[in-house]
Amino acid sequence: METTRNNEPVLEIRDLRKSFGEQKVLNGFNLKLFKGESLVVMGKSGSGKSVMIKCLVGLMQADSGSIRIKDHDITSLGREELDVLRTEIGFLFQGSALYDSMTVRENLEFPLRRHKKKLHLDGSTESLVLEALENVGLAKAIDLMPSELSGGMQRRVALARALILKPNIILYDEPTTGLDPITSKEIIQLMRTIQETYNTSSLIITHDVDCARVISNRIILLVDGVNYAEGTFEELLKNKDPKVQAFFKN
Amino acid sequence: MQDSEGIWGNVKSFFTEAGDMAYFAGRFFMEVFKPPFEFRELLRQCYNMGNRSLLLVGVTGFILGLVFTLQSRPTLMEFGAESWMPSMVSISIVREIGPVIIALICAGRIGSGIGAELGSMRVTEQIDAMEVSGTNPFKYLVVTRILATTLMLPLLIIFGDAIALLGSALIENLKGEVSFVLYFNKVFNALKFSDLIPATIKSFFFGFAIGLVGCYKGYYCSKGTVGVGEASNAAVVYTSMLLFVIDFIAVFVTDIFYG
Repeated sequence: METTRNNEPVLEIRDLRKSFGEQKVLNGFNLKLFKGESLVVMGKSGSGKSVMIKCLVGLMQADSGSIRIKDHDITSLGREELDVLRTEIGFLFQGSALYDSMTVRENLEFPLRRHKKKLHLDGSTESLVLEALENVGLAKAIDLMPSELSGGMQRRVALARALILKPNIILYDEPTTGLDPITSKEIIQLMRTIQETYNTSSLIITHDVDCARVISNRIILLVDGVNYAEGTFEELLKNKDPKVQAFFKN
Repeated sequence: MQDSEGIWGNVKSFFTEAGDMAYFAGRFFMEVFKPPFEFRELLRQCYNMGNRSLLLVGVTGFILGLVFTLQSRPTLMEFGAESWMPSMVSISIVREIGPVIIALICAGRIGSGIGAELGSMRVTEQIDAMEVSGTNPFKYLVVTRILATTLMLPLLIIFGDAIALLGSALIENLKGEVSFVLYFNKVFNALKFSDLIPATIKSFFFGFAIGLVGCYKGYYCSKGTVGVGEASNAAVVYTSMLLFVIDFIAVFVTDIFYG
């Protein structure tokens, strides 16, 4: 994808550190995400990708370092301020994480009900819900329960839910994991379309090389909790370092 | 040596868990009075826990009344005291047997349900998704459920007690040819406020304990689907033990005031 980097980062991580007992998972990780950019963070299982993304949205507390979103350091925000800032971030979970006691409609209405003020909503949320579902091609599934949807459809609904508050940044945690190759391609294509339509900045955590190739403007390789290599897909493909090659050799 | 370390480890983990649960309860009291209030979810939970437990509580209460009367009858007849049956059954059921048995039944149905539901939400990242969307999951999931069990359990116990007395009256009517009117006249003559009020207050605590333990076990569930099963199971076991402890304290306190 063509790089659309501006000067000001919309998200910046500096020297992020996180340990679990003796085990250091993040050991001084740095990242800058620019407006309209698709940044992929790759790394093998246990390299700290998911921990990093959870620290980013305040689901985990980092030991040290700073995470700045829109001039706010989220590590120092209180619960209410963090909740407001979270409306700027959409999060697609690895397993979709749809609320299984609610219909698709209720799943999408849930964040809307919480943030009526931000969206200046007075009455019905129906049109917003329908619009979000149409964007992922699932308007017909509006009254179904999550258990009635296939894995790919669940991922699409989760993406619609992540988009419904019109966030500036979307975080994808392994968006293609557990999906068959065709559905994976559909999801990747959908992510590209959303990126272009909404001009959002995307941070994608994955170990799917195909996904990284199609969607990324830039890739950071995370090894042992630090930035090991960085560049475009083509640059990393040409890199002769064995640890980098281990990801791209196939 | 190893045994003493094992026992010490168990004691330590018991107190750690008790401390964590006390902290969890403290967080409930901090959050319950803070807006926004989740009335819609509270009503939904009250409906789920109250209305959907009616049949189970009704059947249990009815059989309890039947069996208790059938078992007590021969002994009372031996002493020529069968006319005491309504007062004995009503006081036993209202004061002690009704609240404890129905709370145990609800610990099985409601407590394990909460543990499994929240545990499943935890392991499938639904609670994280709620948090990320700017909703306080503790307030939405935990506060509403604990409030619902605290409010619904006394009602379920009153309902169960009434059905149990109906079952008892039926046996007395069939075996002892005592009319329903006479039976319930004797019941209301025997029961005092000092029987009803402590039992009702106690049932609020039972409801709180069922909600608290179920939510605590589910909310901090880990280890995937195995953890969900463990959370559900632990919710019932811990609640059952806690119910007896609360019952003992309640009886002790009641004895001080009304003894």
